[in-house]
Amino acid sequence: MNDQLYQDRIVALAKAKTGAGRLEAPTKSARRDNPLCGDRVTIDVKLDGQGRITEIAHQVRGCLLCQASASALSAVAVGRDAAGIAEVRHDAERALGRQAGEAHEPFTAFVPVAAHKSRQECVLLPLEALKDALA
Amino acid sequence: MSFDVAAVRRQFPILSEIIDGRPIHYLDNGASAQTPLAVIDAVRHYETTSRANVLRGVHRLAERATEAYENARAEVATFLGVQPMETVFTGGCTAAINLVAYSYGSLLKPGDRILLSELEHHSNIVPWQLLRTRSGVELDMIPVTDDGRIDLAELPRLLTPKTKLVSLAHVSNVTGALLDVRAVVSAANAVGAKVMLDGAQRAPHGPLDLPSLGIDFYVFAGHKAYGPNGIGVLWGRPELLEAMPPFMGGGSMIGRVTFAETTWAPAPRRFEAGTPAIGPAIGLGAACTWMQRLDWSAAHDHEMALVQRLMDGLQRVDGTHLFGPASLQNRYPVVSFTLDGVHPHDVAQTLDSFGVAVRAGHHCAQPLMDRFDLDGTTRVSMAPYNDNSDIDALLAGVAHAAKTLR
Ligand SMILES: Cc1ncc(COP(=O)(O)O)c(C=O)c1O
Repeated sequence: MNDQLYQDRIVALAKAKTGAGRLEAPTKSARRDNPLCGDRVTIDVKLDGQGRITEIAHQVRGCLLCQASASALSAVAVGRDAAGIAEVRHDAERALGRQAGEAHEPFTAFVPVAAHKSRQECVLLPLEALKDALA
Repeated sequence: MSFDVAAVRRQFPILSEIIDGRPIHYLDNGASAQTPLAVIDAVRHYETTSRANVLRGVHRLAERATEAYENARAEVATFLGVQPMETVFTGGCTAAINLVAYSYGSLLKPGDRILLSELEHHSNIVPWQLLRTRSGVELDMIPVTDDGRIDLAELPRLLTPKTKLVSLAHVSNVTGALLDVRAVVSAANAVGAKVMLDGAQRAPHGPLDLPSLGIDFYVFAGHKAYGPNGIGVLWGRPELLEAMPPFMGGGSMIGRVTFAETTWAPAPRRFEAGTPAIGPAIGLGAACTWMQRLDWSAAHDHEMALVQRLMDGLQRVDGTHLFGPASLQNRYPVVSFTLDGVHPHDVAQTLDSFGVAVRAGHHCAQPLMDRFDLDGTTRVSMAPYNDNSDIDALLAGVAHAAKTLR
């Protein structure tokens, strides 16, 4: 069976649902839609005085890749500011083969998506939403 | 006589493609159908023996091109049961709807109403919203029943003397439901409203007899009806086309141009400004003739047997929900479903790894998705060349997605 895309790590990240849900009193929130496929991600964050994330939550109405990416992002977001999240974005882009260099954990899980251009936006959508929230 | 699906398949070269060691199970015909050799050959014949512009030259290639283009119009007209002069080539189905919304729409007044339905494709919603912004017409919407049909019981409430046009999908691109055209036309006529049908999902399933439907406009897309991309058709009642101003201005659509004033050519030329998509029109003509030659009574039975096999099979997978009419009556071979706990895109992606092509998502019908509170569905849309092996490959893929992705 040629199941390259849905490898165990991606499925496991999606099922882990790290950070799934909404925050009570977020400092900032943002929502992003992918008009092509209808995926929708809402991200809530709490920030400290230096603009660093202290808490993060996400709600995904979307596919497994989008859910897995939101989980991965939530796992590494706490303690980072906008510049730190931009670093995570580079990691995702590296995993997708859109930037040179080695991706770091946990975004290495998305390397199989490099061969599926039409699904890469699904992985990037939570990062877009978080970028908006931090802007 | 039973339907010889193998003989039909042989006419579609792409169906013997092998990708990653697997045959193609093409079940995304509602998005774009495949094209038979008859169409490919007709386009090639034009490009290799008759390529020139139409209507403008006196040389022999121009005459050949013009003849082939007008012959294609006649083939399309025959397929629709209408006259060539009433048959306008457009850039597609969307382009045809926009033409009517712009041109017929320019004859409407603020406060006039247009009636649509909740299951329309965005291309039969957005052009009317643009018209609303331009000219102050009002839009009404017929709701959809729980089994995915336009709820005609609501017609008396929604049709008013202000309603000038009712524009509805002949067949839904999500649920496969066939519209009860007679009921719509008689209700619309009673208030003096015109009726337009979006035939994008109906035209690929055999010839039509538009005059017997009593409608005023019909549109469809070439690429969904086994023809090329970049071509579509608008049919309109001649007296309506005659009353409508042009949509675009340019060459070929004029009577006489001076800087003071320009007069319009009669339909269909009036609506075909500029050099048309000549090759694609010729291909669409060939596609219509190809459809004309198929035994559609047998083909339809064959398609609906596939629908039954699909519905039976899906119901055996835990957590699937079929969406749309439960019966095979008054429907066409488009089937949407959801699988609990698995997003439609993930179903479609898994199916791709089984060699099965389907569409997943909102199908450009977001109001319908909202009506059922769905993110999307997985849609299986069939053509006469599909066979049991296509359905069985799909069912295996759905079972696999159900097992591994939740
Ligand atoms: C019912 C319906 N109407 C209109 C369209 C638009 O067709 P096109 O994009 O080819 O213009 C489609 C295609 O998806 C359709 O299914």
